[in-house]
Amino acid sequence: MDAMTLDGARGPGRRLSDLLMRRRAMLWLLLLAPPMLWLGVLYLGSLFTLLANSFFRLDDFSGRVLPEFTFDNFIAILSPANLDVIRRTVTMAVTVTLACAVIAFPLAWYIARHARGGWKPLLYIAVMLPLWSSYLVRLYAWKLLLAKEGAVSWVLGKLHLTWLLDAVLSLPSIGGSSLSFSALGTFMVFVYLWLPYMILPIVAALERIPASLIEASGDLGADPRVTFRRVILPLAMPGVAAGSIFTFSLTLGDYIVPQVIGDSTLYIGQVVYRQQGVAGNIPFAAAFSIVPILIVGVWLWLAKRRGAFDAL
Amino acid sequence: MRSDPASGRASRGLRLAALLAVLFLHLPIALIVLYAFSTEDKTYVFPPPGLTTDWFGVAWQREDVWRAIGLSLRVAASSTAIALLLGTLAAAALARARFFGREAISLLIILPIALPGVVTGIALRSAFSTFEIPFSFWTIVIGHATFCVVVVYNNAVARLRRTSPSLIEASMDLGADAFQTVRHVILPQLGSALLAGGLLAFALSFDEVIVTTFTAGQQTTLPIWMFQELVRPRQRPVTNVVAVVIIALTFLPIFGAYWLTRSDEQGAR
Repeated sequence: MDAMTLDGARGPGRRLSDLLMRRRAMLWLLLLAPPMLWLGVLYLGSLFTLLANSFFRLDDFSGRVLPEFTFDNFIAILSPANLDVIRRTVTMAVTVTLACAVIAFPLAWYIARHARGGWKPLLYIAVMLPLWSSYLVRLYAWKLLLAKEGAVSWVLGKLHLTWLLDAVLSLPSIGGSSLSFSALGTFMVFVYLWLPYMILPIVAALERIPASLIEASGDLGADPRVTFRRVILPLAMPGVAAGSIFTFSLTLGDYIVPQVIGDSTLYIGQVVYRQQGVAGNIPFAAAFSIVPILIVGVWLWLAKRRGAFDAL
Repeated sequence: MRSDPASGRASRGLRLAALLAVLFLHLPIALIVLYAFSTEDKTYVFPPPGLTTDWFGVAWQREDVWRAIGLSLRVAASSTAIALLLGTLAAAALARARFFGREAISLLIILPIALPGVVTGIALRSAFSTFEIPFSFWTIVIGHATFCVVVVYNNAVARLRRTSPSLIEASMDLGADAFQTVRHVILPQLGSALLAGGLLAFALSFDEVIVTTFTAGQQTTLPIWMFQELVRPRQRPVTNVVAVVIIALTFLPIFGAYWLTRSDEQGAR
């Protein structure tokens, strides 16, 4: 009887609370249900619709998507023009990744090993600030920089190096009428946009190398260059691999940059965007978007073998 | 280029390379600020022939810019609200739990930002088209909230893992039920982490363009307005001014988030 009144006095909230505390599985279910409904149904559902659409067909006359099973979209991807787009995009992503690693390394090394006192957090912020500024505004800055009448041309003119710029721009496949309209310009913008993503994991990897290891290498007779090649570089590799995930995958999926800065050759993202937009051919766009997923999958697998996931 | 490790002093080559990298990261942004004051309105000529503040007044009068800013703010607010709810729930469930499928669930949360944006965009676009959902304010929000969840989740998980479980046990031992514990113990602990996660999510949504172009239809958010100006410039000085305004608007929330979570960062390292 006493227990009954006590239980009554505790109210429904308390009873629900007790029930949840006793049945942890139920608590988890309640907590997880909303996010899982959103991500599992809305997002995964969309991804499956994407996959399904890649096997559908566009009716040329009505412009409607017909849910009839076909491999035509994937066969169309294998046309020389489309393979060319894939090859160009992957080449761009690989070279951007390499350039980012080379530019990032000295700064990362300086931050990890030499920056003292207040300099270290200041340099950290200096690296992260651009990452936090608007992507489109940073892209716009390069439109200003690379324009024919822009700052880069002006600086090169002052240094009497205009002939060099003209020589580079006259090169086939990377040149163009100005840096703004060349593959070289696209490359520079990508390197600029993704550089911070490469610096941060390399700093983290370098900070983890014990100083004693580098001293030991020196004590055992290795000169600094050998120490760099045989000790530091292998230990920094997981950081480079982690950074490369960002630089590679972001370049692979981007369709804004080549549309604003570049010669008018197409990249994977642009083909997807145009096919769904102007052409209204969602099935082909869907099939083509599977290509970067597969390529990123392979890259992730390679990076994982380099220890990228331990360095994130 | 390598420095002598024993002395701890950087060689001149290393310092130069590090300095050049920092300049490479920052000069373009400084240039944007300079161009906002340029008197030139037809080309991107450098150096600017003269300086003026007139374009700020011209940009202020532009209806299309205000409409785009308004839409972006409303989208960012709605997406952040949804992301805060979903991200916090997911973090509460996963922070200390060890159960079958946990890895799969955390992968699912990260997936929207791990996959290239164009994939998330075309996936949502194909779903809207297949189920004949017309483009609206909410189709933009669905896309944004999906990739904002992970930001809130990351901040909340980091804070929950640093919060001692004995606090929760103590609260329960002292007679509080689960809801009282959430209200008086867990939420005050989480507060600044959630605020930071919310600010980051807001900034992320406010700046997003790749997914948005697939889910917006004819609507113009501020990044889409900017993108259109980049492809087909109409009034360059106005674009320059808007660029500076965007920098200022995204900086504030990001800086706030950084300030609120600076102890979490140190704890994680």
